[in-house]
Amino acid sequence: MKEREELVTKIEEKLAGKVVSSRRDIPNRMYVYIEGENLPEAVRLLFDELSGRYVILTGVDTPAGVEVLYHFSFDGVGLVVTLRVLLDKDKPEIDSITPIVRGAEWIEREIHELLGVEFVGHPNMRRLILAEDWPEGVYPLRRSYGKNTT
Amino acid sequence: MKRTIIPIGPYHPLQEEAGFFQLQVEGEKVLDIDVDLGYNHRGIEKICEARTFDQIPFVVERICGICSTSHPLAYVQAVEEIARVQVPERALYIRTIIAELERLHSHLLWLGLAGHFIGYNTVFMWAWRYREPVLDIMEEMTGNRQNYAMMKIGGVRRDILEQDLPKIRKMAEDLRPVLDMFVGAVMDDPVIHARTKGVGVLTPEDARRYGAVGPTARASGLAIDVRKDDPYAAYDRLDWKVITWESGDVFAKAAVRLLEIAESIKIVLQCLDQMKPGEIDAKVKEIPPGEGIGRVEAPRGETFHYVRSDGSNRPVRHKVRAPSYVNVPTFKATCIGQTVSDATIILAAVDPCYSCTERMAVVDAGAGKRPVEQYDLVALSQREGQKMLGSLAGKVAQTTLEKKLAEGYRRIEWKAC
Repeated sequence: MKEREELVTKIEEKLAGKVVSSRRDIPNRMYVYIEGENLPEAVRLLFDELSGRYVILTGVDTPAGVEVLYHFSFDGVGLVVTLRVLLDKDKPEIDSITPIVRGAEWIEREIHELLGVEFVGHPNMRRLILAEDWPEGVYPLRRSYGKNTT
Repeated sequence: MKRTIIPIGPYHPLQEEAGFFQLQVEGEKVLDIDVDLGYNHRGIEKICEARTFDQIPFVVERICGICSTSHPLAYVQAVEEIARVQVPERALYIRTIIAELERLHSHLLWLGLAGHFIGYNTVFMWAWRYREPVLDIMEEMTGNRQNYAMMKIGGVRRDILEQDLPKIRKMAEDLRPVLDMFVGAVMDDPVIHARTKGVGVLTPEDARRYGAVGPTARASGLAIDVRKDDPYAAYDRLDWKVITWESGDVFAKAAVRLLEIAESIKIVLQCLDQMKPGEIDAKVKEIPPGEGIGRVEAPRGETFHYVRSDGSNRPVRHKVRAPSYVNVPTFKATCIGQTVSDATIILAAVDPCYSCTERMAVVDAGAGKRPVEQYDLVALSQREGQKMLGSLAGKVAQTTLEKKLAEGYRRIEWKAC
């Protein structure tokens, strides 16, 4: 599909120099690994400039650190672009994208609860889905959960 | 004027699931809305990390009773993307039929509820009556009215029998005159116009800001539909239209759903015509390391599953994003400025599904503040009653339930799972 290839080229050009690595094993899925400091700019590019649709964020705890994936869908061409940032395990911290993408408010709150990621500049970091009596600082989706937590 | 807070929920706000809405009103006018979640949170993403790839379809099927085929379908597609599986043609058609029948019954269910919320119970009775044949066919084909257990990695678990094909066709054809009746009853009714037109308008800009999907987005003029944009199952082989409406109000959301029923009937009939005998399972053996995304257009919009595998027999991460998760926050854009009496139908117009939205709850009764539960409320009520009696008699007695509680009669203590 010609439009899809043009869009991919455009994204690659605009993010040139900021990409740690990128992967596109099948034509309609693109994964771009970037440094955390470049995230707001990359989100603005995908969401504001190229009119991608915000889908969701995924938080993953890995041995190397906490990963946050930002999925954007380009519906006209059937492409899902996923931005990937890797955060320090001891102090996972990243700029909130809620000021750019209004809809990301809930998922940032959810990832904060389940994985302990700090979203800097989030406007409303209240508890979303865990029970009120869930203890602070215990993150159920961390790999260590249930092993050395009490 | 003084600002008043109207709490709705957490139990039975307007639908059958728990959610808590706080409306801030001045007189009749809604000034702000706050949604509080967590009442249906069941830990499904966490549970999936401890299940094998083949067990997970049965778990995610139970995220939601109404879209109980959209979640497993999105999941198996994500895994098939990791393993690069070519699904047999017949299985793709069977997946399409099941998914569209699900949309039929889900939209009819919503139509009934929407009629009920605006006080039009005839629509409620009709819609639910005509939803029944769809569920009967589902039961005949899959063995269940809900939670069909049809999807598996590489194909489907059951074939559709030849003898069932004429029954499905008859059911789909019988629905057509019913739909005409509904379109007449709903879209030409002056009372429904008065209650829904210009009410709870979601602008296309707001729909985009919140990432709204499905009929909620299509009613605001955004022509997004995964079935067309990133085709899966057999949708790219069939002739059908994406329904959109421009006005973004409650009426538009109803119109989009009604007209989508007609498209679903068309899709099912075409599948029955085109489907050929053949294999229904690609017999997948191993899932290699990697990551995959599965997307399905559920009745309420795009269902998004992300699965990561490390080559073992279980996923290391399985993320679920149901459509209501991005549709429910649009209440902030649609309710403000409207009247309290319209708030219920505006909330219902999104067709929210709280179980889908939350997915996870682990309760540790041992730690921190104890939440107030049923027994506490009963005890409190008895105590207040006693107080009134007591003040008459000059003393406050211990209530029967308080006595029981003191003796160790406790509510169930849930262990962290």
